[in-house]
Amino acid sequence: MIPELGHFALILALCMALVLATVPLLGTYTRTQSWVALARPLAWAQFLFLALAFATLMHAFLVDDFSVLYVANHGNTQLPEIYKISAVWGAHEGSLLLWALILGGWTMAVSLFARNLPDEVLARVLAVMGMVSIGFLSFLLFTSNPFERVFPVPVEGGELNPLLQDPGLAIHPPMLYMGYVGMSVAFAFAIAALLGGRLDAAWARWSRPWTLVAWVFLTIGIVLGSWWAYAELGWGGWWFWDPVENASLMPWLAGTALVHSLAVTEKRGAFKRWTVLLALLGFSLSLLGTFLVRSGVLTSVHAFASDPERGLFILLFLLLVIGGSLLLYAVRAPGISRGGGFATVSRESLLLGNNVLLVLMTALVLIGTLAPLLYDAMGWGKISVGFPWFNSMLVTFMPLMVVLMGIGPLTRWKQQDPNELLRRLRLALALSVAAGIAAAVPLLGDNWSLGLALGLSVWLVSTLLTGLFLRLRGKGGLRALAADLSARGGRSYYGMWVAHLGVAFFILGITVATQFDIEKDQRMSPGQSFELAGYRLQFDGVVEAQGPNYAAQRGTIRVFRDSKQIAVLHPEKRVYQVQRKPMTEAGVDPGFMRDIYVSLGEPLPNGDWSLRLYYKPLVRWIWFGGLLIGAGGLLAASDPRYRLRHRRTASEGDALAAGGRA
Amino acid sequence: MPRFLRYLLPLALFLAMAALLYRGLSIDPRFVPSPLVGKPAPSFSLPQLENPQATVSNADFSGKVSLLNVWATWCVSCRAEHSVLMQLAATGAVPIYGLNYKDERPLALNWLQQFGDPYHVNAFDADGRVGINWGVYGTPETFLIDKRGVIRHKFTGPLTRDIVQRELLPLVQQLKAEQG
Repeated sequence: MIPELGHFALILALCMALVLATVPLLGTYTRTQSWVALARPLAWAQFLFLALAFATLMHAFLVDDFSVLYVANHGNTQLPEIYKISAVWGAHEGSLLLWALILGGWTMAVSLFARNLPDEVLARVLAVMGMVSIGFLSFLLFTSNPFERVFPVPVEGGELNPLLQDPGLAIHPPMLYMGYVGMSVAFAFAIAALLGGRLDAAWARWSRPWTLVAWVFLTIGIVLGSWWAYAELGWGGWWFWDPVENASLMPWLAGTALVHSLAVTEKRGAFKRWTVLLALLGFSLSLLGTFLVRSGVLTSVHAFASDPERGLFILLFLLLVIGGSLLLYAVRAPGISRGGGFATVSRESLLLGNNVLLVLMTALVLIGTLAPLLYDAMGWGKISVGFPWFNSMLVTFMPLMVVLMGIGPLTRWKQQDPNELLRRLRLALALSVAAGIAAAVPLLGDNWSLGLALGLSVWLVSTLLTGLFLRLRGKGGLRALAADLSARGGRSYYGMWVAHLGVAFFILGITVATQFDIEKDQRMSPGQSFELAGYRLQFDGVVEAQGPNYAAQRGTIRVFRDSKQIAVLHPEKRVYQVQRKPMTEAGVDPGFMRDIYVSLGEPLPNGDWSLRLYYKPLVRWIWFGGLLIGAGGLLAASDPRYRLRHRRTASEGDALAAGGRA
Repeated sequence: MPRFLRYLLPLALFLAMAALLYRGLSIDPRFVPSPLVGKPAPSFSLPQLENPQATVSNADFSGKVSLLNVWATWCVSCRAEHSVLMQLAATGAVPIYGLNYKDERPLALNWLQQFGDPYHVNAFDADGRVGINWGVYGTPETFLIDKRGVIRHKFTGPLTRDIVQRELLPLVQQLKAEQG
């Protein structure tokens, strides 16, 4: 009975979406105030029904209701509670339901926190989100119903994919989905603006905080995914250029471009067409990612169930949403006014450069991801595109972008005197070139990659410090920092500051972790020791251990530094009871400056084991940098000016609305 | 370029990509064709794993439908596949020949003793030369050979119960029915 309630709630949510997508939108054209006013309550009702549907599915997992096919396939009585919950989104149907729920959540959030938008704009935004919701909810109901029953009822369920039984992965998909789906808000704002024909600074100001928050979720989701791959896959790698990873990276790159482009549109009224196009692109790439992951068009380590029929449905949906929005763009774009002009040396130019580079990288990732498919479709044979292609792309464009990143914040809007700019950059330039050369020349560091990375990081940090110095000099030094942080526009600046600092950490982390890591495949007998980068790793053998729903072979490795024990690691090989999949669980001694990473290889005769031992310097800086980037985004999104200006436009909007009624 | 065409460019690019994706739906990305399918099995003659004095060669395949399974003790997926092979061997549907690939003899013998021996006989390919001739690029791989010694199908990756039931056994029945 309860699963049917969930199913029914899902149908009701679709009905809400259908009304939400049509009636308020029509109301904005016929100027029927009561129709426009329906948008808000409809958004709430939609979310309510989605939450109800989601709760019933979660309930089915918690009580092991194997009469529900989805639960029978992916649930299990032996599963720990937390994984019963995360199993809800562990496979196709449930993860789509989570997607729909999050879309409903964003829709409701917009209706609640953007209370001060003019009613018509809000109605259009919510209606566009309702249209997207229709697509996902009908996809769920017609091809992937999570509430389908099965008879006879199995006694025991299948199991959640053991790869996904990890705390990191329990929260990784929700974070990522928050980001993916959050991009729909920027998309909806853009479509609403195109429909209403009002693309101005106010539009940029409304969509900016939403875009930032969605982008922060995407950032954190990607960082979590990378960290999970590192801890769980046992290869010591943290990024594999897998199609599914690329699917999350593409909207992130487009979103990064959008966040910067929105700044120009808000401050200077320029780049309007470009910004709209990026907003459409960001969400389109999110949808494309869903298609790639769900349709089985590409092979991937993320072995999701794939089904061509579902693929066709998503493809049609993509055609409607993306094709429709790009058509709207083609019709409306010629009418969009040009914004304020700017000189060759100006912050606008530098941000344009950054945008071009980011879009170029997005395009290259897209081409690399789709190339195997293109070759196959054209009958040119089979190819796989891997690390060399993507890495050479990164090494080509990242440095250029970082150079621009250093200059941009020190440059004035509209027009900048080049000599003044050079004076400001002099010190940073000298420092970074010196640091780079020191690391690159044969006598000192003798590593060109390190030289480049160190040079770029020093460049970023020193230009950031220069900017901070110049900003605070006139305000009374560091003491003014607190006041500056709560002033209008302050947090935008400091958000940028923190995020760019994160990039410096990220670059150093990647470079040092790949250039200086040590990897050893070692056969070891119990009691034997091995020297690794100044650490002594002592292997104490492997014992059988029993987990809640798996049997494990559990190794013990003690780590010594200067004959003092600093860590005990327990890498495991697990076999889960139901799916019998062998899983590796690495033993990691984390540290800010280095990780010691051990994973069990194969058992050999006489109790010996082959072990994979890694020393990974600065590897945490990669994720720390990513988190800083996210934190910067949050800081920027919390800038008081979004709330202040909102209130002001609200009173204007209300006045207009009141005037309309009178 | 006329102005309005410029604004249609994003749409055109997207439609081209959508066409590609549509085509992609009907292609199986996991399908890797082997150039050897339909060709006679590459000739070889190797010492047996179990008895270094005796040999195995492709002549052993003639006159009956047989499987050649490429495996190694260092291969994790082979460990996963092993129980499937044991079940298949127990049914007696088709003799399984093993090609023990780039392995060490004591380790391989120890493995068979520990986990059971599903193989009719094993060829011991220590330096992997025969494996290269057969186009092996990852273990496990399984070749299905017909009565005339022609390779008819290749399974890449571990066999599962599902693959055995749905694909392998029907194929074996079909090949058995053919003229020798």
